[in-house]
Amino acid sequence: MKRMSMIFRAKASKALDKAEDPRETLDYSYQKQLEMLQKVRRGVADVATSRKRIELQATQLQQQSEKLQGQAQQALSGGREDLAREALTRRAGLQQQITDLQAQHAQLQGEEEKLTMASQRLQAKVEAFRTRKETIKATYTAAEAQTKINEAFSGISEEMGDVGMAVQRAEDKTATMQARAGAIDELIASGALDDASGQPSDDIARELDQLSAGQSVDSELEAMKAQLGQGSEPPAIEGESGRSSAPTAQQAEQEGKS
Amino acid sequence: MIVRILGEGQFDVDESHLDALNELDAKVEAAVDGKDESAFRPALAGLLDAVREWGSAVPDDTLVDSDLILPPADAEVDEVVALLGDEGLIPDAL
Repeated sequence: MKRMSMIFRAKASKALDKAEDPRETLDYSYQKQLEMLQKVRRGVADVATSRKRIELQATQLQQQSEKLQGQAQQALSGGREDLAREALTRRAGLQQQITDLQAQHAQLQGEEEKLTMASQRLQAKVEAFRTRKETIKATYTAAEAQTKINEAFSGISEEMGDVGMAVQRAEDKTATMQARAGAIDELIASGALDDASGQPSDDIARELDQLSAGQSVDSELEAMKAQLGQGSEPPAIEGESGRSSAPTAQQAEQEGKS
Repeated sequence: MIVRILGEGQFDVDESHLDALNELDAKVEAAVDGKDESAFRPALAGLLDAVREWGSAVPDDTLVDSDLILPPADAEVDEVVALLGDEGLIPDAL
């Protein structure tokens, strides 16, 4: 730990040794500070981009999840418990992914805040350094400047090291999430997320879609029958009306398929 | 003394807190030595919280070197091993 601040200082004094006029190192260091400031600002922007991407993905997955929920309800009311179960299973898979995305989102938000603060701190320190630099250049000869320059460097090189590490950490974290986000984007694009198990859109998904369409056809037919004054209920065979609806829906399904 | 929490900034902590900080530091050190991630997290949080509580934030436009540098709050055990000297994070004397 102590060792680390030594490393920052060693780097700073190495830069000092190179210049013949020590005052030149002030400008050189200031240039480096401005570069670091740009780097940390780019870091903030990069993290924000990743965060927004994850927000978008979470919204898309949420919509898909709601669609499956609706389909499960339709399937159940159509007497297709097997399909309803399948839809809910897929929905559970999506929910898991949404939870993961939310955790990633929180992490990125934390990184974004940290980097924003780091950027503000560094900016204030760079400005303080610039003031000292101008004073030293205006007031001291090359021979006198060394001590003042060492004082000017105190703190700033350490801050640069800290900010550099913070940017690196944020980049590492974002890179991992970018890779995962890329994979999810591909899944969304391919439509494979209709199926949380990762397989391409399949018979079950088609059947669920058909069921949705069939339901709306059924309800339109019901409405038309009602208008024509026909009874919408088929005659109950065993006198237990609750059981008769399932076979009816299956019949409708069969007719829809042929 | 000036303490830097990496990724967070510098704090001015009165040296009278050094002993108390060293006690908290010992817990971090023990967790790191034992590679005990579950003990490490609360130990590090305790040390950093103490610095934040006892210290006052150094103004952003102040240029000063730190006497101590502490790992970021989300550091992993392995990262801290890389930062640690023989004396733990807080040296026995400044």
